[in-house]
Amino acid sequence: MSEPTTNVIEARGLAKTFHVPKNKDGKDRLRALDGIDLTLGRGETLGLVGESGCGKSTLARLLLMLERPDEGTLRFDGVDPFTLKGKELLAWRRRVQMVFQDPFASLNPRMTAADIIAEPWRTHRDVVPSRQDRRKRVLELLDLVGLRAGDAGRYPQEFSGGQRQRIGIARALALDPEVIVCDEPVSALDLSVQAQVLNLLDELQRELKVSYVFISHDLSVVRHVADRVAVMYLGRIVETGTAEEVFEAPRHPYTAALLSAAPELDVSGARRERILLEGEVPSPLDPPSGCRFRTRCWKAEDTCATTVPESQAGAAHQAACHFPLEPAVSG
Amino acid sequence: MTVSEQKKGGDSMTATLDTAAQPEDARSQAGRTRWWTLLLRDRVATAAAVVLLLVVLATTLGQLLIGDLDTKQNLRATNTPPGFGHGWEFVLGSDALGRSVLARLMVAGGTSLSVAVPAVLISLIVGGAWGMWAGYHRGWRENVSMRVADIILSFPSLLLAVVVLYIFSPSAANIVAVLAIARIPVYLRTARAESAELRGRLFVDAARTFGTRSGAVIVRHIAPVVAPTLLTVATVDFCFVMLAESSLSFLGIGIQPPDVSWGLMVAQGRQYLQTAWWTAVFPGLAIVITTVSATLLASWFRLATDPAQRWRLALPRGRRGRRSAPVLPEVTQ
Amino acid sequence: MSSPSSSNAPALEVDGLSVELRTRHGEVRAVDGVGFAVRSGETLALLGESGCGKSMTAQAIVGLLDPVASVTGGSVRLAGTDVLALDRAGRRKLAGPKLSIVFQDALTALNPVQTVGAQLAEPFRIHRKMSRKDALAKAAELMERVGIPDPKARLSAYPHQFSGGMRQRLLIAMAVALDPDVLLADEPTTALDVTVQAQIMELLRELRTERDMAVVLITHDLAVVAEHADHVAVMYAGRVVETGPVQDVFADPRHPYTRGLLASVPAKVGRGEELRSIKGGPPELHAIPAGCAFQARCPMVADVCRTDHPGLAETAPGRAAACHFATKEPAHV
Repeated sequence: MSEPTTNVIEARGLAKTFHVPKNKDGKDRLRALDGIDLTLGRGETLGLVGESGCGKSTLARLLLMLERPDEGTLRFDGVDPFTLKGKELLAWRRRVQMVFQDPFASLNPRMTAADIIAEPWRTHRDVVPSRQDRRKRVLELLDLVGLRAGDAGRYPQEFSGGQRQRIGIARALALDPEVIVCDEPVSALDLSVQAQVLNLLDELQRELKVSYVFISHDLSVVRHVADRVAVMYLGRIVETGTAEEVFEAPRHPYTAALLSAAPELDVSGARRERILLEGEVPSPLDPPSGCRFRTRCWKAEDTCATTVPESQAGAAHQAACHFPLEPAVSG
Repeated sequence: MTVSEQKKGGDSMTATLDTAAQPEDARSQAGRTRWWTLLLRDRVATAAAVVLLLVVLATTLGQLLIGDLDTKQNLRATNTPPGFGHGWEFVLGSDALGRSVLARLMVAGGTSLSVAVPAVLISLIVGGAWGMWAGYHRGWRENVSMRVADIILSFPSLLLAVVVLYIFSPSAANIVAVLAIARIPVYLRTARAESAELRGRLFVDAARTFGTRSGAVIVRHIAPVVAPTLLTVATVDFCFVMLAESSLSFLGIGIQPPDVSWGLMVAQGRQYLQTAWWTAVFPGLAIVITTVSATLLASWFRLATDPAQRWRLALPRGRRGRRSAPVLPEVTQ
Repeated sequence: MSSPSSSNAPALEVDGLSVELRTRHGEVRAVDGVGFAVRSGETLALLGESGCGKSMTAQAIVGLLDPVASVTGGSVRLAGTDVLALDRAGRRKLAGPKLSIVFQDALTALNPVQTVGAQLAEPFRIHRKMSRKDALAKAAELMERVGIPDPKARLSAYPHQFSGGMRQRLLIAMAVALDPDVLLADEPTTALDVTVQAQIMELLRELRTERDMAVVLITHDLAVVAEHADHVAVMYAGRVVETGPVQDVFADPRHPYTRGLLASVPAKVGRGEELRSIKGGPPELHAIPAGCAFQARCPMVADVCRTDHPGLAETAPGRAAACHFATKEPAHV
């Protein structure tokens, strides 16, 4: 707290293992996250990209203290939130909020829009103490996310998916957070509505100067919203860099394959040369030794099976790969 | 998504699809409609409410009207069949001692309800709260709670009652306590199962991200969803408790004569079933009618408290089909 | 994208297909006069957002509509025969050898308690009356074809033992088992990760060429359409609003809805730039306005749109759009 830092969140070596029922090989430990290093700058949007089971949602839950890491440290403005208690913890809770993936499941169907948006104040009573002020603030928030005052008394199921997501965003804004973790906020929405919500998130960032951790499997969405991108594979971050670096000049083979696999809207004719990966993501119950991507990688050699590739420390654009792709952007 | 999946998805999902297609006017209307208007819209539920009200009135105020008719013996008019020939008090006939069945029904109803209602309420509240707490926290709390429930359930409740009531005196309070404890596991299990499922819902996660305490989450997010289910269980249980009370009375450790309850009346009337059926049938009917009314009202309550389902009650009478009719208001993709 | 045998008659021809749904708002038209044609070796994409009726169109074609929905008009011609006019037995004969469907959700589309071998062998046993052994051999062959490693050993495995991508491969194998002329694929890759989606789409493409099938690809993903379809029919609120070769339609969309969809794709828009979105959301099925269904969201709306429903009219050879201003250049682009 003493020294000013530009990073809101700094995570070092975060790891999380879940105990699950034994599978047929007798494995019962699911290594969801393994050695995650992550920083989030103030006012920045960090895109977290990866396929299902890569651990991005677990990471989001860790950042919100819905889960506790087994190893590693999480610093929020230099303070480890997991050491906080009582009032301090409550004060910390205000600073980080979440927008959930499923706008249908994340709103209690028995509460009105106004009740949902005002719910955080029932725990944080001092934020908006008086009744009239709460009412007023709810209307302000509704307006901020592009809903009408008349929507306050309606129930979630009376709204469309896009509108529900707006309610979820308003609820996340109710405590004036500094960081909002968006877990696939638009993946349940139709394309035309998705654009509306993305625009809203963008406007809010400019107006309120919040930082986003933006989790998505949709590369085109991440490319649009993120300043920096971290690509995850089987519980590890395999590549980080600015959105431009990662998308234009990927260094990790997995990133390249992921980008190549995403279909493009280009209808100009010629089919692109496409990297088609073999097989699917291995089970996190039994991840490959060494580099986790080696079983599907076309560049894999013996060393990949024995040594875990490290990211180049300090570099802005890092790839955890023994044989990063060229042209290499030297950090 | 297919319809069958949707049904599997349970209430909330179907509800979601339903109301999404609701027109603006109907919505705001449904939101503001008062409870009694909603009740009046459902004829069956209204009838049930009226019956329950009558039962309550008869067993409370009714007792004031009848004076000592319930204990007054008339040995010249024993086992009078029901009919209008012997004055209003013998409309439902008289029993072997010539007492008015109608009057006895009223008094017995008071006893029955004063045993069954507290017993059900206590087990509902204790079992429900315990179950929601156990289901929300999972882990050892859940395990211990479930084992306790298993122990209580595995012990025949009647035997438990017999033992307890032999040791203590068979007073109304003790009967209530015994019946309540014996029925707690039913609510405990139901509440635990629903709560454990709800705990994984995103809106519970959302509440946790604000730092909401578990108690507040249970009250705000879990109890409102679990309550209607528990209430439905409770109305079914109501019948069970009344019959259990009558079994205890039959064994001589329940309600002690000269006090009388519906269950006891059935038990006493059973030996006259061949000659004077009305002494057993009417109290039996009273139990059935009361329980069925309570069940119907509970199912109405379930709909009325669910904002996603409430519109069904707000529809004009003629157009409304039965609740289970296949209605799919939104295109499902 | 070449279409090898596009001179012959269409393998599947849908004309004026209408489906009505029973909802609490009465009968609602979920699919309204939908028509399109696909030739062998070609892929037609039915493109639209959730609720536009694309899945219901597919269900109507294969005869798997929910009980609340019914076909109220139109024809579905499979190599000349109208399948809608056939009885159940007649339809069953077609299902498999002529027409088959790949579902989105492979986990629920496969029977969890039957081995995949038995499920894959079933079409051969039913339609080709093969022996168990021969059918299983055929099943193994199919599994190998769709890229499932070690097929012989995995015949006796159950669906849950396969990953999502492998299950989708199994579904595709089942669908192409009897060499259908027409294959409907209902969002076949929506539940899958991008890298797996690429594999599955590649497999579908290979099978189409190899077996000279006509493929109807139902999807909401513009990029999938761009990469994998020859023709596209864009649906909105139960109607086809634009149709034509994918390249032409995407390069120069004539309907404002298609134009809006294409502009909503975030890929081409840089960081911080505003995405162009279509305001509002699609109309509820029971409240589709008179005139054009898109009027409330359309930037080009004029008085005529509020009164007259635009029919699908040819804008160029092989292309059509249902817009009063289909031939006019949009003002805002």
